[in-house]
Amino acid sequence: MTVTAPKPPAAGQAPEPKPDGVTFTIDGIETTVPKGTLVIRAAEQLGIQIPRFCDHPLLAPAGACRQCLVEVWAPGRDGKVAKMPKPQASCTLTATPGMDVRTQRTSAEADKAQHGVMELLLINHPLDCPVCDKGGECPLQNQAMSNGRSQTRFVDVKRTFPKPIAVSTEILLDRERCILCQRCTRFSREIAGDPFIDLQKRGAMQQIGRFDADVLGFAGAGVDGEDGAADGTLAFDDRVFLGADIPVGPAEDDESGSPFASYFSGNTVQICPVGALTNAAYRFRARPFDLVSTPGVAEHDSSGAAIRVDHRRGVVLRRLAGEDPEVNEEWITDKDRFAFTWQSAADRITTPLVRDRAEDGTRGELHPASWAEALEVAAHGLEQARAAGGVGVLPGGRLTVEDAYAYGKFARVVLGTNDVDLRARPHSDEELAFLGHAVAGTGLGVTFRDLEAAPTVLLAGLEAEEEAGVVFLRLRKGVVAGRTTVHAVAPLASRGLERLDGTLLRAAPGTEPEVLDAVGSGDLADLGAALGAEGALILVGERLAAVPGALSAVLRLSGRTGARVAWIPRRAGERGGVEAGALPTLLPGGRPVADAAARVDVAAAWDVEHLPAEPGRDTAAILAAAADGTLGGLLVGGVDVRDLPDPAAARAALAAAGFVVSLEVRASEVTALADVVLPVAPPVERPGTFVSWEGRVRPFPQALTSTAMPDHRVLDALADELGVTLGLRTVAEVHADADPLTGEWDGARVAAPDVAAAEPPAVAPGHAVLASWHQLLDAGRLQDGEPFLAGTAKRPVARLSPATAAAAGVLDGALLTVATDAGSITLPAVVTDMADHVVWLPTASAGSQVRDALRAVPGDLVRVGPAADGTAADGTATDEEVTA
Amino acid sequence: MADTPDKSVERKGGGGEVARPATVRPYESLIPKRSAVADALAPAAGFGVTIKNFFSRTVTEQYPFETAPVKPRFHGRHQLNRYPDGLEKCIGCELCAWACPADAIYVEASDNTPEKQMSPGERFGSVYQINYLRCIFCGLCIEACPTRALTMTNDFELAGPTREGLIYEKQDLLAPLAEGMLAAPHPMVEGTTDTEYYRGEVTGPTPAQVDWVAEQRPDDPTLEAGRRRAGGTSAPATASAEAPAPMGREPR
Repeated sequence: MTVTAPKPPAAGQAPEPKPDGVTFTIDGIETTVPKGTLVIRAAEQLGIQIPRFCDHPLLAPAGACRQCLVEVWAPGRDGKVAKMPKPQASCTLTATPGMDVRTQRTSAEADKAQHGVMELLLINHPLDCPVCDKGGECPLQNQAMSNGRSQTRFVDVKRTFPKPIAVSTEILLDRERCILCQRCTRFSREIAGDPFIDLQKRGAMQQIGRFDADVLGFAGAGVDGEDGAADGTLAFDDRVFLGADIPVGPAEDDESGSPFASYFSGNTVQICPVGALTNAAYRFRARPFDLVSTPGVAEHDSSGAAIRVDHRRGVVLRRLAGEDPEVNEEWITDKDRFAFTWQSAADRITTPLVRDRAEDGTRGELHPASWAEALEVAAHGLEQARAAGGVGVLPGGRLTVEDAYAYGKFARVVLGTNDVDLRARPHSDEELAFLGHAVAGTGLGVTFRDLEAAPTVLLAGLEAEEEAGVVFLRLRKGVVAGRTTVHAVAPLASRGLERLDGTLLRAAPGTEPEVLDAVGSGDLADLGAALGAEGALILVGERLAAVPGALSAVLRLSGRTGARVAWIPRRAGERGGVEAGALPTLLPGGRPVADAAARVDVAAAWDVEHLPAEPGRDTAAILAAAADGTLGGLLVGGVDVRDLPDPAAARAALAAAGFVVSLEVRASEVTALADVVLPVAPPVERPGTFVSWEGRVRPFPQALTSTAMPDHRVLDALADELGVTLGLRTVAEVHADADPLTGEWDGARVAAPDVAAAEPPAVAPGHAVLASWHQLLDAGRLQDGEPFLAGTAKRPVARLSPATAAAAGVLDGALLTVATDAGSITLPAVVTDMADHVVWLPTASAGSQVRDALRAVPGDLVRVGPAADGTAADGTATDEEVTA
Repeated sequence: MADTPDKSVERKGGGGEVARPATVRPYESLIPKRSAVADALAPAAGFGVTIKNFFSRTVTEQYPFETAPVKPRFHGRHQLNRYPDGLEKCIGCELCAWACPADAIYVEASDNTPEKQMSPGERFGSVYQINYLRCIFCGLCIEACPTRALTMTNDFELAGPTREGLIYEKQDLLAPLAEGMLAAPHPMVEGTTDTEYYRGEVTGPTPAQVDWVAEQRPDDPTLEAGRRRAGGTSAPATASAEAPAPMGREPR
């Protein structure tokens, strides 16, 4: 198509057009925009509001709702500016040179067209605004007022549908309110990649469809889609044969005929411009004018997604995605959106608790105490424990950077030890070296924008959709745009990897270093070359810590190819804790403990004579030392015992420890064994800062008025009681103390780890190597109290390859028992195309608490075989059954 | 202190700021002088007003022994109305709270469920509070109400010894059940939607609703009247419901 040279503009003055700019007029105002800009965006830049429903800046143009009609005059072939015969949808129209657009502000025709479209949209829209959740924040309501008729002329009977359909346990669809803008279907298809279903039927009966075997011709389902309950049409075991991810709760079938399962479906509720999609948790709970909105940062993963916390009278009612183009754009995971009730759960600890011990050390009951008493008891106990061998500090990985800094400083200044480790998960010394070498103190490294621009991304030990949902969306954005190719080192290609159009580098757990070292030679020569391209990335998950040699191999690969490395842990506080020095070998800002200059540096900043010089114990060693009495006591933060590599040993250590102080939000297994429990504030009741995996500082304000104190303030008070002034009472004080230390460390960094890979174990018959990772929605404690969300979690299944299943004597869909000497887990087996001699289990889902039940981590050998008796007919064994 | 004058302060001589008027005029009353006779009769004339009122109509209100009637459209205490079958009209939409210029109304809504259908449709107001310390009785809430659930009564006796007591809760505001109404919760009339309710097509409880209540709450005090009212429409259903009701039928 030839571009017509712009004619001299009718109105005199002509701004200098940019080289690739397009100059045209909107409402008589001349503007220059980059080529390819949509007219509706150009109008936005001029401050001209054109009404719209289907248009969304992050979705492809659709022109579905026709609300944005404008009058357009454009130069024809003859160069004369002529009026287009009909009004044009400005959301699909790219600006062309010399175009003259007249919106409803200057054109009666455009205004009349918009009024006509609005009247049409409202014909079948039920005027049930008083009961609709969207009422008060509804674009249809607002634009019907601004661009619609004040009186309806429609006198006939409106089309109605039975309401509402539960698309999943969380998402409800009210078809009669729908104006067919297709924002939800476009989001599901373009952004999340898990389409529910598209439009069906025509004319007045057009609707966002449900699964209809007649329409979609799915062979397996012999039911009509009129009003049949979708669940129960196939037995669960039959559905497992499909191999798809099945949600726990009932859900409508998606267009593949399997129940709809998505981790991002909450976004469709937020972008729905009418009340057609609502969510069960917030249904009928509040009105927008009730709500006080506070910006926040999601505490569920390390992405640091921007959220908006809406609360009323001290109760959080919902969370929405915040807008941050650098981080999460406008999308968050359902976990970020819906999992907030844990912060106000019934087992919240509101007062300090103190336990009396008998002379022989047996524990009495916890009883409420005043802060003064509890701090005194805690200080006295810690003092004694310090004298009796020392105190180990386990802050946990969910804390803000302020808290992590306070734990690190408390350990070193007050307790005089480096025994502080925030890693409440499988970990290794190799990982410590990796973090000190490549992560701590490196500032903002790889960013979300780098993800979507990267030509090649290699995922190692990271299941992006399950472990960092926003990362998945950004990767998919690059993939869909044709820029990014994804490779993953994993035992199996998950549905998330398939939606990333990714290539699987099949690796049984433990053999990742081998595969990583092979990149660049043999079959993987192409990948090695691709990783050498500008912008190529290696994304490393926290799970790689459990594989000896893997992180060393990652650094070798990075050195070989030049690809940049980003470490993406699961928990929100891990990167911040690494920066703040809550690790046994690292001081704040990536300063190595072993480096005397670094210690002097920090000691001067903290105004102490010297810091403990010898590197501390890691989490496992701290727990072991507490168990055998080497350590006198423990100071534990937000640690869930089930997350630790060996929960049973951790419980034993907590029980054996001479003195345990727990800083917790809610009653937990740790508080059940603690001598002093000091309540702390959840993120919504305190200000703070998370550091995302990028190294981006994500501060958030306090949303709710509260008297609860954050960890750093409690630690400051505890230090006061012990006669040390930490100076960490407020967030401002912490930053005044910490920020000079978290800047650039110009000294020597920790040396890169060079650990040899372990020999893969010989797999005896009846055995398999365990592979496992967390699912996004599982039995985690931060998802408590949200049954609607829990219903959208994927059903836990065990996955194994056809050969492994045959060797184990398990049929697809039958119950499989995975056992070690510690216990067993029984789940339905799903035969998957994956590495042989490997069995995959979800790490911490209901009925599949791998660390707890099996005392095994990925790479360990487990026994596999058919379930002894047909227990757990629903496919999920309860914890009691598992451990019995 | 106060009785010891401060002697250090000297009177300033001269008083230069304000000039004295040149001459001082003696006081003269502006009231015209009455005649001597009028002066003599003045006390009696004063009592005349009093004496005249001995014979006029008494305006004293015997409140609180006799409540004074107000005009029919007086803006008094609010009332949450019910449909003729006893379901509540309030759907918890909060438009009253939105309209309220004094921020006196607080509403929380909840889902109607088959086990607990409080109002027609999907939604009902589970919490409804009006703070009469704040309410200015402007009536904007009444205009806002889309289901005519909220109206105002003529009750103006809104005083109390505590602040908390003047926050009226839903049970304080709900209209009493009229004769024949069946206490909520109970299902909607069969085959109707909230539209039929709104149009006034529901005129009373049906036998099916009475049966449901008899099954769920055999001791409900509104059951008898509801049954009598519903009996007019479908006698057999009512009769069948009547027999087992006193026994207290087991819930299914």
